[in-house]
Amino acid sequence: MRALPVMRPVSLVVLCAALGFAPAATLAQRPVPSDLPGHYDRMRGNVPIPEEATPPPLTNPDNSDVRRSRAYAMQPPVVPHKIEGYQLDRNANRCMFCHARTRTEQSQAPMISVTHFQDRDGNFLAELSPRRYFCLQCHVPQAPVNPLVDSRFVDVETMLRRSGSPSVPPGGPAPASPREPGQR
Amino acid sequence: MIGLLRRYWQVIRRPAVHYSLGFLTIGGFIGGVMFWGAFNTALEATNTEAFCISCHEMHDNVYQELQGTIHFTNRSGVRATCPDCHVPHRWTSKIARKMQASKEVWGKLFGTIDTAEKFEALRLQLASNEWKRLKANDSLECRNCHKFEYMDFTRQSPRATRAHSTSLASGTRTCIDCHVGIAHRLPDLAGIAKLPEERRSPDALPGVVRSGGVEPPAEETAD
Repeated sequence: MRALPVMRPVSLVVLCAALGFAPAATLAQRPVPSDLPGHYDRMRGNVPIPEEATPPPLTNPDNSDVRRSRAYAMQPPVVPHKIEGYQLDRNANRCMFCHARTRTEQSQAPMISVTHFQDRDGNFLAELSPRRYFCLQCHVPQAPVNPLVDSRFVDVETMLRRSGSPSVPPGGPAPASPREPGQR
Repeated sequence: MIGLLRRYWQVIRRPAVHYSLGFLTIGGFIGGVMFWGAFNTALEATNTEAFCISCHEMHDNVYQELQGTIHFTNRSGVRATCPDCHVPHRWTSKIARKMQASKEVWGKLFGTIDTAEKFEALRLQLASNEWKRLKANDSLECRNCHKFEYMDFTRQSPRATRAHSTSLASGTRTCIDCHVGIAHRLPDLAGIAKLPEERRSPDALPGVVRSGGVEPPAEETAD
């Protein structure tokens, strides 16, 4: 899942103070929150707010085509391949060139799930429901980057094992990938 | 004196037998060289990207779309220009295509696609023209650079390897069958069902495209 930069409430307050109420000319002289201890922003680093941070270099997305296990049952599966340049607009949907029901035999790609044929009233349509048209709203490609936000997510199987429940399969749960919850 | 004048007069009056042949031959040769040089220079001048995008129709629509794609900018800096893909490289085919292009001159003169809206309305037709042409010549313009014989499947992604080692290798598919809309945006594929078979891309068949044509029920729009 895409990890969105989460702005902490403290930062928000200071940001409002810096941007909303301070005269622009004094901005550079003011102590900025990232200089203060405990206000380190994982995305911006130590760059003061008035300055523009240099973005990290782009990484190549995962193109291995290996399916990843889902962190929870209802998680939309992530995209294990490059989608660079894929057209997804009112004219065409490149994802459906392979993932549409009629294309899966040739492409051997997973078919979009049955929920994608339903409108919001539960009626089944002949093809992809318009409300499911924009694949990237839920399904995102993966890249080997460090997560910006730490995650305390625990797989439900791990949780059950901790509590000593007998419902864990004999082989034990698959170990959760360390970058699974917070990856982008 | 009179006799001498009469002789000269007759020489001047009578057409030269040898000079005319010489002038025709040499003059024809020089004229031919000049004509051919001018013709070929003009032909090559119209076969450049600068010429293509000198018209706003090409510059504002297709050229803008090309610029983000791998055929325009990439890590190694090799790029394809308009004629690399849209004009055959072999001379006879090139002349044939140039003669077809007289229709495009007509379109330019009468402003067939002189606005973005007109271009968008004709995009499916224009795109399928190229699909048909590339299907008919087995994607020759792709293969001028992308030679199947030299593809290293071990350097390709698993999906690419599978597609290239089966459908492309056996000749059941050609490049354009799958690689549509890679240099320019795709047309509205909802209209593709109406196209005849040879103008369609198999990868853009009906049933795989958006279901935007489905009208939402009236009660759904009410709330």
